[in-house]
Amino acid sequence: MPHAVTVTLPGQAVAERIRSSLPPAVRDATDGYVVLEPAHAFEAMQFIRDDEQLDGKYLVQLCSVDMITRIDVVYHIASLAQNHIIEVKVPADHEQPEVPSVTPIWVGAKLQEREVYDLMGVVFTGHPELTRLFLWDKFPGHPLRKDFMALPGGQKPGLSQFPKQVPGQTGGEFRPRVPGTGE
Amino acid sequence: MAIKSDLVEVNIGPQHPSTHGVFRMVAIIDGERIVDVKMVVGYLHRSMEKLAEERTYTQNIPFTDRMDYLAAMTGNLGYVLSVEKLAGVEVPERAQYLRTIFAELQRIASHEMATGAFINDCGAWQTPVMWCFRDREKVLDLFEMVCGARITTNYMRIGGVAFDIPDEFLPALDRLINDDLPRRFEELEQLIVGNEIILMRARDVGIVTPELAINASLSGPMIRSAGIAWDIRKADPYCVYDRVNFDIPVGYNGDSYDRMVIRIEEMKQSLRIIRQCMSDLPAGPHKVDVPLALRPPAGEAYSRVESPKGELGFYVVSDGSSAPYRWHVRPPSLINLTVLREMTVGQTIADAIVTLGSIDINVGEVDR
Repeated sequence: MPHAVTVTLPGQAVAERIRSSLPPAVRDATDGYVVLEPAHAFEAMQFIRDDEQLDGKYLVQLCSVDMITRIDVVYHIASLAQNHIIEVKVPADHEQPEVPSVTPIWVGAKLQEREVYDLMGVVFTGHPELTRLFLWDKFPGHPLRKDFMALPGGQKPGLSQFPKQVPGQTGGEFRPRVPGTGE
Repeated sequence: MAIKSDLVEVNIGPQHPSTHGVFRMVAIIDGERIVDVKMVVGYLHRSMEKLAEERTYTQNIPFTDRMDYLAAMTGNLGYVLSVEKLAGVEVPERAQYLRTIFAELQRIASHEMATGAFINDCGAWQTPVMWCFRDREKVLDLFEMVCGARITTNYMRIGGVAFDIPDEFLPALDRLINDDLPRRFEELEQLIVGNEIILMRARDVGIVTPELAINASLSGPMIRSAGIAWDIRKADPYCVYDRVNFDIPVGYNGDSYDRMVIRIEEMKQSLRIIRQCMSDLPAGPHKVDVPLALRPPAGEAYSRVESPKGELGFYVVSDGSSAPYRWHVRPPSLINLTVLREMTVGQTIADAIVTLGSIDINVGEVDR
């Protein structure tokens, strides 16, 4: 296996493959990832693992992104034999996020789903022991959500020293001061 | 049939020499046998993923030092690779080679620590761990020479490395990898590999089957001990790993002994990689100029490196501003702990300590 490089399968190809067996499971697909319907996500994930072509035997990682109107649960699934990686997103409601747990499919999701439940508040139905992983049980709220302890006007205190963000412009105006010169 | 006794709950940790940090393992024991294990983590949780959303891409590099603080260089490397992938930054050749050299030196340092602590857990109190510390110190001296820090190096930058190597670095590295470390590894191997006490303590303890290893997303020496030659450096090469020759050591039994022998063999392979990188090291710039308040285009990137613990991945989502919209770390230590219960139930407490030591967790990375 000299100089192999992991291939990211295009989302459309993965979507086509899943549609051939489970037509209602796919909501959307782009070059990078495929978006699944939460109601059919479990069957689709099982199909990804057991299908010969997709061969998603190895769950690389699982995390979540707060998209303000929804919460995306992001899965990276790999095939060790064919050396490719598939990115799957399952959108969940922002107020009552709930997606099926994939722990019965991949044991490796067990702690990662507990982490997402703890920090983002996504409920994984069917998880064997869904408790908080890092924080204590009475902790108020879920820290990784964008509205957790948010400052008014969406301010970011850590970024106050940088000039205002200009859409479409890549930075370059900020330079560190030279010590002792006052510049 | 053995006599049944009342179940007793025993707390191993959070303050315990064998848990390697503030990690707590609650063992339910029946006599000497473990019936159930519950792990409690979060004592070192600093919520880095949230903090990173308020800092620029460059300001986030020091966080990666403090995740796996025994392998800061690989943490730096994994993070800057993901930002470079997102922003499309081309890294100069010299920086690529320097990154590979330091990532491999860090692997030696981390594996020395893991091996020493593991032998300590096996009951060889303090002497072998001090031997390993002595060798690790020599690697840390080189880090100090190049960036001034020994543990939290903060050496990699987006677009290269922070400093070029000083003139006295290459002779010192040459002495270390061609003279010092090979002798030390030989010594370590004579001490451990095939040692009857270590064999009795670690052979067939904490077995992981290949099926479980894949299903539970294990990585690093954990998956390789089960006989699966899965190494990100070969499977998805980054830096200059596609230009150097090295082998992936693989175990057969998936037990604690295999994991430790794999680590020793990996350290020797690291020496091989460093030797090739040293002879090929090109001249040129060590860094490209990247704006300090870098604003990658909106999008997402997942990139991964083979850290000493396993597959360290970074998933970065950008909204076009100077701070990441979301920054997620795939922590190999946490995911390798998934199988702790499967590995330890049915063992004695003494074997569970050996098993935990062979996973080689780093609590800074488990909790982040």
